[in-house]
Amino acid sequence: MKYAFYPGCVARGGAPELYDSALAVMERLGIEHVELTKAACTGAGVLQEKNLKMGDILNVRTFALAEQMGLPIMVLCSTCQGVMSQANHRVKRDPEYLAEVNKHLAAEGLEYKGTTSIKHLLWALIEDIGLDKLKETFTRELTGMNMAPFYGCYMVRPSEALEFKANPERETSLEQLIESVGGTVTDFAGKTACCGFPILFINQANSMKMVANHTGTAKDLGAHAMVTPCPLCHLNLDGYQPKARKQVRGDKADLPVIHVPQLIGLAMGMSEKTLGLQKHIVSTKEIVRMAEAAPAKV
Amino acid sequence: MLVKLKIKRFDPADSGGKTWWQEYDIDVHPDSTVLDSLIQIREQEDGTLAMRCACRASICGSCGMRVNGSAKLVCKTRMVDVAPNGEQLTIEPMGNQHVIRDLVVSLDTFFSQIKRVEPFLKPSFVPEQGEYIASNKSMENLLTSMNCIMCGCCVSDCTVLEVDANFIGPAALAKAWRFTEDPRDSERDERLKALNDEDGGMWDCTRCMKCVEVCPKGVAPMDRIMELREAAIAAGNTNTSGYRHTESFYNSVKKNGRLDETRLALDSAGWTNIPRLLDLAPIGIAAMRKGKLPPLMPHKSDEHKNVKYLYESVEGES
Repeated sequence: MKYAFYPGCVARGGAPELYDSALAVMERLGIEHVELTKAACTGAGVLQEKNLKMGDILNVRTFALAEQMGLPIMVLCSTCQGVMSQANHRVKRDPEYLAEVNKHLAAEGLEYKGTTSIKHLLWALIEDIGLDKLKETFTRELTGMNMAPFYGCYMVRPSEALEFKANPERETSLEQLIESVGGTVTDFAGKTACCGFPILFINQANSMKMVANHTGTAKDLGAHAMVTPCPLCHLNLDGYQPKARKQVRGDKADLPVIHVPQLIGLAMGMSEKTLGLQKHIVSTKEIVRMAEAAPAKV
Repeated sequence: MLVKLKIKRFDPADSGGKTWWQEYDIDVHPDSTVLDSLIQIREQEDGTLAMRCACRASICGSCGMRVNGSAKLVCKTRMVDVAPNGEQLTIEPMGNQHVIRDLVVSLDTFFSQIKRVEPFLKPSFVPEQGEYIASNKSMENLLTSMNCIMCGCCVSDCTVLEVDANFIGPAALAKAWRFTEDPRDSERDERLKALNDEDGGMWDCTRCMKCVEVCPKGVAPMDRIMELREAAIAAGNTNTSGYRHTESFYNSVKKNGRLDETRLALDSAGWTNIPRLLDLAPIGIAAMRKGKLPPLMPHKSDEHKNVKYLYESVEGES
């Protein structure tokens, strides 16, 4: 498989371990990629608050760049996935709007015909690689590890733009991945809720309540770690967990929040350093120890 | 078809505040809705089950409740769609609202939020004769919000209301949007300013899209909230962290093609807001020690000037 690779701003900024671990597992899986270095930020739904059309134009430009290469886009971020899917949905169902957007792209010699698809690494693993083939690359069975899924809003809503009807497996993709590495799913109601990141700078008290509720509840239910396809959720749930847990629950940050490629990297036998697990704010030592002690896959 | 329902019960008189789950296995017609099944339980199995319903045609907005954890109008939800293979359904009262009994919630929370936005027209003038003629286009624009049947599903599943009862909520904001967009209303700017300045107003929405997903009538409250923000900014309301956050994001992408995370954090806090800046410091230091502080000099995308030209071509239009 080959993709036009769109890592997103945060994987190249505040969560560099996501970029590094994604490249490591993609190489192991033989996934080819060409990075879209000219592409702009998706706007993350924030830029769209000021100018929705501007956001759509930026994203359609990215779709056109991938279309020129004849490749589907791969992203590493729930928010990139959601914002791009929504933009694609809007222009594909409204040819007049697409023509209007294309008018702006013409100066750069670009035109989007509407053929680009966008897939998060998580979806690509299940839909394009297949869990059976993925499992062949695993060297460890992560039995005894309880993991709580945390999707990130943009990866689950609106389900129409994310094409859940045509791809029903997307609704349980994280659970499937956790089970594929031999782990046990810690199910909890907050898994499709908001992490609080979008209001971190606007209403921090509410944001901290969300962080403390989600990480605290998952921990209370026996989770050893939380797994998320969204680096923005990671930044809040990991980076602000010490403050949130102290402020809201009066306890300590004790739930590592790992990225999707870090989870499968652990099952592939990759080291803590390769996966950047030492870069987390909440210690990942215990899950690294558990993974290293896990039985070899037969 | 055989269906299994697991219903959350609450009896304020007998249970001393405790709730319990009760399971019912019944045989219903294959075309049944969840509401049909609940009515069958009440009429044939257990007359003590309390619920609210009226029109059975998704017009009255009475039968909002949670099915498998998500708010729905149960008269609009067919059993074969939610339990195609006879799976057990869990039915609970709506969230974020006071439960009176079993599946019935009080409407007080919902309407106290709606009242906060003064949901009535404040006309600029009353024609001396005849009627005020509004253009067809301006009225069609209001259809999304006017479709609201006040069922409370969006309020039930709002992730902000879960942690903050003071948030005005998605239904009230969608209703407010309707009046700011009505050409007959004379207080558009005042309404925008009030919702911009108010604690628990338009900027407290997290954009989680739960309300868009659960609304049975296509109101898409969050989309209306985004339009309120855009209108509030355009009307000159620049005194919020929300505004600074959006503005910084917009300009960062214009300049670099990419997001400058460090600058975004500082801009949002406000460069003269010393307590907020000091609050950011420990997080920044912890991130730096772990080697994951965003770069101080922003990454730029290749040929980022083309992004700037695009901005200019869009901005030149308005």
